[in-house]
Amino acid sequence: MFPELNNLLGTTPDGTEQGKLTLLCDAKTDGSFLVHHFLSFYLKANCKVCFVALVQSFSHYNIVAQKLGVSLTAAREQGQLVFLEGLKSSVDIFFHAQEEPHPLQFLREASAGNLQSLYQFVRDSLKPVDSGETPWKFPVLLVDNLSVLLSLGLEAVAVLDFMQYCRATVCCELKGNVVALVHDNRDAEDKENGILLNGLSHQSHLVLRAEGLATGFCKDVHGQKSVPIPYDTFA
Amino acid sequence: MAAAATCGAGVLSSGCVASTAGRSSTTSFQRRSKASGADGGGPRLLSIAGTRPSVRNGQLLVSTGLPALDQLLGGGLAVGTVLLIEEDKYSIYSPLLFKYFLAEGIVNGHTLLVASAKEKPADILQELPAPLLDDNGKKELEDVHNSKTPESDVNMKIAWRYQLQPKMQVGPVSSSRFGHYYDVSKRIPQELLGSSKWHGFFLPEHITSDLKGEPCSLSGDYMKLLQFIQNIIYTEGFDGSNPQKKQKNILRIGIQNFGSPFWGDDICCTENSDNSHRLTKFFYVLRGLLRTSLSACIITMPTHLIQNKAITARVRNLSDTVVGLESFIGSEKETNSLYKDYHGLIHIRKIPRLNNLTCDESDVKDLAFKLKRKLFTIEGWVWNSNICLSLPPECLEKATAFASRLVRHSESLKQTGSGRIRQAAGPRLWHDGRRQEAPGLLGNPP
Repeated sequence: MFPELNNLLGTTPDGTEQGKLTLLCDAKTDGSFLVHHFLSFYLKANCKVCFVALVQSFSHYNIVAQKLGVSLTAAREQGQLVFLEGLKSSVDIFFHAQEEPHPLQFLREASAGNLQSLYQFVRDSLKPVDSGETPWKFPVLLVDNLSVLLSLGLEAVAVLDFMQYCRATVCCELKGNVVALVHDNRDAEDKENGILLNGLSHQSHLVLRAEGLATGFCKDVHGQKSVPIPYDTFA
Repeated sequence: MAAAATCGAGVLSSGCVASTAGRSSTTSFQRRSKASGADGGGPRLLSIAGTRPSVRNGQLLVSTGLPALDQLLGGGLAVGTVLLIEEDKYSIYSPLLFKYFLAEGIVNGHTLLVASAKEKPADILQELPAPLLDDNGKKELEDVHNSKTPESDVNMKIAWRYQLQPKMQVGPVSSSRFGHYYDVSKRIPQELLGSSKWHGFFLPEHITSDLKGEPCSLSGDYMKLLQFIQNIIYTEGFDGSNPQKKQKNILRIGIQNFGSPFWGDDICCTENSDNSHRLTKFFYVLRGLLRTSLSACIITMPTHLIQNKAITARVRNLSDTVVGLESFIGSEKETNSLYKDYHGLIHIRKIPRLNNLTCDESDVKDLAFKLKRKLFTIEGWVWNSNICLSLPPECLEKATAFASRLVRHSESLKQTGSGRIRQAAGPRLWHDGRRQEAPGLLGNPP
């Protein structure tokens, strides 16, 4: 996690708000560093994290997380991290027969499907076990990223429904947090993506936006602060 | 990576980053283990021919066939990723990049998979450019291709005592050089082609009327291509599923003119295509296949034909590396004096950040290419106040210092009224590895 970002947001791993939806947005640049930040932040904060990683492989996130001071393999073994690797699962779904329903079941459907099975997966991973005693503070859902779901044949409405269900369960019922990354393809006239982005921006408590500049990053923080602060590349 | 391969196939050494439980994965994304290096050093840790680890993050890289492009992409193309080439308007120069990639695979002894809907793969391979090799390179090339046959006894005249010694491998096998130069005016020699291993996918040969099994969510053509690729990866063990394989190798996949009407897709014909997600789904599953195998893929796409810009944006997001070609033919830039010597511009739109938070972006954003009789060269501009100097990517870092010296020179020369200065002050510049006269100042930028 990045201490500067924590200072900016006024959060620490020990004390952070619960029941919030944070939207990460990137335009003309790669906002994945924000995902890495939140992943290591919540793992350090001793939360149970369900990470829906649709874009990169597990070892990629693991290597970057190690640089930020967390081990994803250890977290996964202890049960703190539930990792859904989208790329590997898509190959399994397409080329090997699956008996039980898979969270990414919609990939097999010919027409536009819905994300119900993915929601079930999230709910089952983050719901506390029957005894009610968990060593973790609160559950967190992290999604990287939602724009890919549009490329996989889903409509913006289906993704918004999924986020609504997740927010109801994770934020309201379980008092946890949800963090999701969406690309901003505004200049490419991607209407579906625009619908998704606008819809989520309204629902979220905090929007972190990374925009590309010629010389580095500039982050605008909406919601809590409205002062754009120029940042250098996190090298 | 080689270390991960040895980890997965045999003993699981403690230093290895744990691979996923179950099938051992030989992705190139695992960190090179330091422990296995201590096990016995060089001979055990065989590196795959034609690859090298990235200096930034240890990621395994292959050459694209153009050393200048390798430089711009941060050292080469990462194994397990997709390189998307956005074709130029009349598709004149993008087939060249495609052929360079395949030719590099043949020279390094990699397995090729060529997919096209327009040309037969065998015809594409016949037209590959011939490699430019010095004598050492020729010997290495023979070694790479004759590695299965027992080495013939080369008679040593002077060091004849050493001929009796058993042949040993010296350190890690650093086979052929990384990145070669090609002569586009000559065809690749037939014996090189004959000894290479390749698979072709020509779409018209694979069209069948019914599709068995459940209706799938991809269009028939894309699904067949994916199944073909997956089949090759699985049967030839590029995903580590065949541990008896002695020698790890790279699979180079080349898909030409993807998304064009030849592939049965209508995204280039209409704006509101109902099936636009088929293409993007293909990209996603292909990426999944590549990430779990030792392969690298180049796809050329006529993105200038795609009517719906949103699809182009999504395809770019789904590819790891994106390079766009823009040729000057037929555009007003053809008459621009700045671009007089060049055939087009190259735009590096995206470079992946793998195993890292940042990536190696080149400082130079203005890049142009030209196709000379034998070579395809890329040069970039360094803008420094009132001069601009065109240089190949390899020496651009040294050039910024040089350019600042030139500013002082040009100021004194301007007073004499000379416009185009042919020879810069003495020092010769490297150009794609060959010395030549400095290209000269192009005059004041507009």
